[in-house]
Amino acid sequence: MNGFSLIRIIQLGFKSLRLHKLRSGLTMLGMVIGVWAVITLVAIGEGASHDAQEAIKRLGAHNILIRSIEPAEEKSGASSTRNFVSEYGITYHDASRLQATLPGLKRVLPEMVQRRPVYYDRFQQDCQIVGTYPFYPDFTKALVVRGRFLTEFDELHRNNVCVLTESLALRLFGHQDPLESQVRVEDQYFRVIGLLREMSGVEQRPQGNEPEGKPLDSNVYMPLSTLRARFGEMDMDSRAGSFKLERVELTQVRLEFASVDLVEPSIPLIKAAMEKDRKKKDYELIVPLNILNAIKAQRARDTRMLLYIACISLLVGGIGIMNIMLATVTERTREIGVRRALGATRGDIILQFLVETLILCLIGGLAGVGGGWGFAWAREHWFHLTTIVTEWSVLAAFGLSLAVGLVFGLYPARRAAALDPIEALRHS
Amino acid sequence: MLFALPMSNKAIIDIRALTKVYNLGQVKVPALNGVNIEVLEGSYVALMGPSGSGKSTLLNILGCLDRPTGGVYRLGGEDVSAMSDRQLSQIRGQRIGFIFQSYNLIPQLNVVENIHVPLFYQGRDIRSCYDHCAGLALKVGLRGRLDHRPMQLSGGQQQRVAVARSLANNPLMVLADEPTGNLDSTTGEEILALLDELHADGRTIIIVTHDPKVALRAERVIHLMDGLVDRVEHHERSMVAAANGAKGRAS
Repeated sequence: MNGFSLIRIIQLGFKSLRLHKLRSGLTMLGMVIGVWAVITLVAIGEGASHDAQEAIKRLGAHNILIRSIEPAEEKSGASSTRNFVSEYGITYHDASRLQATLPGLKRVLPEMVQRRPVYYDRFQQDCQIVGTYPFYPDFTKALVVRGRFLTEFDELHRNNVCVLTESLALRLFGHQDPLESQVRVEDQYFRVIGLLREMSGVEQRPQGNEPEGKPLDSNVYMPLSTLRARFGEMDMDSRAGSFKLERVELTQVRLEFASVDLVEPSIPLIKAAMEKDRKKKDYELIVPLNILNAIKAQRARDTRMLLYIACISLLVGGIGIMNIMLATVTERTREIGVRRALGATRGDIILQFLVETLILCLIGGLAGVGGGWGFAWAREHWFHLTTIVTEWSVLAAFGLSLAVGLVFGLYPARRAAALDPIEALRHS
Repeated sequence: MLFALPMSNKAIIDIRALTKVYNLGQVKVPALNGVNIEVLEGSYVALMGPSGSGKSTLLNILGCLDRPTGGVYRLGGEDVSAMSDRQLSQIRGQRIGFIFQSYNLIPQLNVVENIHVPLFYQGRDIRSCYDHCAGLALKVGLRGRLDHRPMQLSGGQQQRVAVARSLANNPLMVLADEPTGNLDSTTGEEILALLDELHADGRTIIIVTHDPKVALRAERVIHLMDGLVDRVEHHERSMVAAANGAKGRAS
């Protein structure tokens, strides 16, 4: 068969399929849905995974977080006895030991968080006071939107200065300019020197027992030295029904490493350093790199499963197509006989029916690709959900539909070709 | 060769001691028991016989749709009795034009496309031979219906398309199986007139029929009985026409 004959056979295939528009359309529908499902599901999954990965990346793959957590035994103790001061968490000593012993460690960012109300004029807001170092924004990818952040100078001199999160400033000051104003925490006044916008969505600073409680963005940042000097390490939890004192030196320590390769081997070292002189487990390690890898592994598993589902749905579509093609062969037995009498070889007949099946599959596949793409676009633009159509899913779906056409088209085509022309001509 | 033939009167069909036995499991059913037929170029032959006489079997073998069990069948000087399926397809496509009782046009194709089908399997593009196919359609009287589908045509018109199709690849012979069987007498007469015309042009025509009036138009009528040639009739009128046709073709 030469080139133009193939074109002619394809034209012929279209003609034959047009003869039964509804039947051809419904047969195609199986293929359309299969391919559409593959592309759409992969796109949704890819979008979700992309979002999660972005969030983790913002935490920093170079970083390890160590967080103070209240040990379980103290938690239960606190509920039975009032006025109990629970003492736990990471100490300054831990932080300095980590800094001194860990190889490849670039920076250590300590954070002390205390819950206290903040006042301006008659206005009050419950806030988290975060005592930290000047490189906090650099570390957490937070954005200084106005003024400046804390400096070494502030840290050194324990200056009464603070930086507010953007939304807290709006709630406290309304439309007044917060810069250079004084806010009060207990009996101390602090000068507002800048506004900050927190970027991280996944990372939650420990919020006591109320994970949904105060918004993450009600933060007041001040030099760690200032916070220690003015308020000490005692934090007071006086929510309804309970009164609890906690003594936590450092709420959280972030470690930044010079390269991603150093993160994994450092974990046992950190554990060893922390376990020394420690009787209770009052800290936890958060390794964004591990979470990132876990998400990627999960994604790979999901993708494999999607592919299995896709294969099954395409298989079902393929069986539908084979069924229809077998019916078509029976229905067109006479035509096959005539064509054989007029000089068609078995190969010509096989080709003709195979091409018809392939046309069904390819058009179905194309429509599925178009549908999947359209759906992804609509989801992205109208619902603003990250949806990423991957090239490989399009190729895989399309290739699979082609393969289905070949596999399931071959049997009916061979059956058509195997017909005895005399019998076929006599068929009514 | 036993019967030497003059060069001008070449035998297109040369059948010697042709047998066909059907194997139905254990039972062997003989259908042809040694048939000898010779058909000269440009002749008009009718095959007649009651059902069970081996008429259909002979027709299938003549049309290269089936292979004989024994004997020799030469078509245009070439032994086709032991050819492969592929070769037989080739022979059918190049040397034989079929006309069937029930027209057997392909429903999804229009008139010209239907006429083109035998050429299609010879690897010829419809654009390159559209004029040829359309010319045949005009010749059988289908002016103004070139893009009609078979469903839009009457029985007589469909059979005209079939006649045109049988001529598309300029075959050695036209094999007509009861071409008027599904038509009323007037339309049947028109189709037969068309065949007469082809004969006059020098075509070799073999027609299978059980209608003696149809058979009368042929110059030779071969009667089959129990798988053997029973008797052969000759009609003078057609012989003259055949001679004229052969001359016309030779020049």
